[in-house]
Amino acid sequence: MSDTGVIPKIKKEAKGVEEQILKRKKPTLYFPIRSLANVRYLEKEGYFEIKGKKKERTLTVNTVKTFAQTLKMMALSKTLVETDDIATKREAYYVSKNWGDARFLEQEESDTVMDDVEALFEVNREQMGFVPEEKGGDVAGTLVVVDKDPNTGKAIRIDCTKFGSGAYSIPISVEDLKFETTAAFILVIETAGMFQRLVKHGYWKKANCILVSMGGVPTRACRRFIRRLADTKKIPVYVFVDGDPYGISNIYRTFKVGSGNAAHINEFFCVPQARFLGITPQDIIDYKLPTHPLKEVDVKRAKDAIKNDPFFKHHKPWAKAMEQLVTMGVRAEQQALAAHGLNYVMDTYLPEKIAHPDKFLP
Amino acid sequence: MAQAQLKMKLKKVPRKSPAVPASKKAGPPPSKPEPRKIVRLTAADLAEKQREISVSEFFTKNRHLLGFDSPAKALLTTVKEAVDNALDACEEAGILPDILIEIQAISETRYRVAVQDNGPGIVKAQIPKIFGQLLYGSKFHRLRQSRGQQGIGISAAGMYGQLTTGKPITVISRVGANKPAHKFDIQIDTRRNAPVVTADDEVEWKPEHGTRVEIEIEATYKKGRHSVDGYVEQTAMANPHAAIAYVAPDGERLTMERVAAELPKPPLEIKPHPHGVELGILLKMLHETKARNLRAFLSGEFSRVSPAVAEEIARGASLSPNMTPQKAAREQAEALYNAVQATKLMAPPSNVLSPIGEELLLTGLKKQVEARFYAATTRSPSVYRGNPFLVEAALAYGADSLPADEPITLLRFANRVPLLYQQSACAVTKSVIQTNWKSYGIQQSRGALPSGPIILMVHIASVWVPFTSESKESVASYPQIAKEIRLALQDVGRKLGIFIRRGLREEDAEKKRSYIEKYIPHIGIALQEILGIDDKRKEKVCATLKDTLERSRQL
Repeated sequence: MSDTGVIPKIKKEAKGVEEQILKRKKPTLYFPIRSLANVRYLEKEGYFEIKGKKKERTLTVNTVKTFAQTLKMMALSKTLVETDDIATKREAYYVSKNWGDARFLEQEESDTVMDDVEALFEVNREQMGFVPEEKGGDVAGTLVVVDKDPNTGKAIRIDCTKFGSGAYSIPISVEDLKFETTAAFILVIETAGMFQRLVKHGYWKKANCILVSMGGVPTRACRRFIRRLADTKKIPVYVFVDGDPYGISNIYRTFKVGSGNAAHINEFFCVPQARFLGITPQDIIDYKLPTHPLKEVDVKRAKDAIKNDPFFKHHKPWAKAMEQLVTMGVRAEQQALAAHGLNYVMDTYLPEKIAHPDKFLP
Repeated sequence: MAQAQLKMKLKKVPRKSPAVPASKKAGPPPSKPEPRKIVRLTAADLAEKQREISVSEFFTKNRHLLGFDSPAKALLTTVKEAVDNALDACEEAGILPDILIEIQAISETRYRVAVQDNGPGIVKAQIPKIFGQLLYGSKFHRLRQSRGQQGIGISAAGMYGQLTTGKPITVISRVGANKPAHKFDIQIDTRRNAPVVTADDEVEWKPEHGTRVEIEIEATYKKGRHSVDGYVEQTAMANPHAAIAYVAPDGERLTMERVAAELPKPPLEIKPHPHGVELGILLKMLHETKARNLRAFLSGEFSRVSPAVAEEIARGASLSPNMTPQKAAREQAEALYNAVQATKLMAPPSNVLSPIGEELLLTGLKKQVEARFYAATTRSPSVYRGNPFLVEAALAYGADSLPADEPITLLRFANRVPLLYQQSACAVTKSVIQTNWKSYGIQQSRGALPSGPIILMVHIASVWVPFTSESKESVASYPQIAKEIRLALQDVGRKLGIFIRRGLREEDAEKKRSYIEKYIPHIGIALQEILGIDDKRKEKVCATLKDTLERSRQL
């Protein structure tokens, strides 16, 4: 996972294309197929591994435009890495406006080509100099992050207990960070609202833990940050999300074992040691939570997960929990605990749950 | 029957009227009891009011049936009836028609229509009846492809003129170089349906033979496809052997050159086919025939009935082939009718029709509109209700003058006469809508005409075109006719489809060619950026790749 590998890979691929052309042959690029259908669940390692299926893109009359764009995107990546610069997806899209006829008309086109190139080299797009737009996630609690000053290279110690009612923001590149902590566990939270409540009332102090807010589906940086932290410090990771198919199958599953779209890099961007704290379908009953009915899309998502998602097919308790949710026909948000008092979540729910980590869903 | 029913009704009326509701009887009597007077009419009283209705009177009250329902349409119908007669007369006499149409504006609501031909002329004695009596003519009693059918048209136009302007119809006719020209002013006695000649002179007239008709009518003149202008243009398309000169009310002169140097093959007259005859007509024919016996009647008055077949029919009706047809009772006629329907007969002769022909259809279209593609088809004759008919279709596609996203221009013709009104009621329109144009690469919404830059011509020729009304504006949807129209449309549609698909393929190929030109340089630039190759090598890469791709495309 260092930057040095990318440029030789780009050059090797470009060289191959050039040679084929000069041999009067039509060059072909092979892209791994990025979907759930092309992953297998590795039980021991605990993540989705990409299977061998690849799609070919042969340079023909019909593909000449995309082919040119793919090569231009590779050239841009090479320049970024060489000059130690970065470009967001949006910026890369605007850079293409200088490419004449080969420019992208919509950002979706450039995003797709970028994802393809990333998968082609089986690297993380950050290694290619492309960075995501979105925030990595917020951190608060008993943790010191050791980063480097971007200009001097001097080590900087960031104490995550010293942000008051604010939080430390996970950077885009987390590979070189070092950690110091005595925390008992990491609590990963879906919503910023719940995170704020726990920060405001100093829950991390009381429970001796690190709080991380994902804000929906976790970014790659967020996943990688928690993975490295948990790996190096050997601390358990508990996930606290809404009790609905989206929270379970999209957020939690992506967090723990990766996604189909990023199948080629799941190995690094997953947190296999994560355990599901809540909200479970059983919690809805046990804690008498107010609910909303499942929407049609929720039911579809749940049934799809049970039927097609390798993670749910492997973990029977999860398939059962998902089926229970569909049978109940309801969903409950994290904030639903507020029905029993605003701080019920801190005073009762979390302590009760954390007392029995063995009961968490896998 | 109808009379009997009417009488029954009349009888009922007085019986019902005095009936007073029961509730009223119970209430206080009205202050001034005034019993309603019931006027009872005797059959004799009614008889005084019953009298013959003359055909002319009937049409005076029902002018819309003949196409005089609006002032704009009246002008068109008048021109149309006169031109129909002119063309028919020329063709029957074997003369290449030269037609002159002049419309003179007297005022904004009054026009004088003159139509002149170079036909054989009309003998003096016939002129008053032809123009001054409804249902008088040569065409009703025969089965032959012609424009006029009933002998109503021109006299109805004259009557309409007389009705709206009070002016008589003026006719000049000359039958040969050594004969004088006659000029008549004719009025119609609408009560008696008889001509009244108000002027009869010998005049100086230049043409050696021909006829000129002038009618003054109340009308309005409009431009456009449904107007006289459109009619003249379309008439020229369907009659490429005619030269037509047209002077519009605004003085504008339009000359349609003759495109075909020869007259079309003259249509032949045929006797009715037994399967197309109704019981009432059969009865009338039986009584009016000059044949001495049933066998001679059947084989002499109908087509496709040999003496042997006549005997077979007679046997089927349990009648003697030797019986006297004039004495046939209604029951016997009915038995005969049923036997005719049950007997297998040869289809009527179909070589009696005179189609425009694929070549002349194309010539007519090409003269009319400049387009990228033309197609035409003439179907073999077919039969409906014992009448032979045939369908022709032609289309022009991709003219710049036609809008690309609007419904196509559909031109309908029957026996070479353009049909301008009642498009939606016509069998032609229905068949065009029911044809799946999408499979030929033409847009079409459900239940609508297709859309595109297309002029579509459909011509139906028959010894008897089944119009839906006397104004002859749309053709009735007999299944056999609808089927033939559909087949003709599919034929030209297929030809068009091939052309359109070829065009799309070429467009596609052109696009791909430009793709190569556009994007290959960028592949070279990208490779140069990544690999740092020099310009010469970059050019070589581009040239080789271009060559490889173009070669693969041609394979």
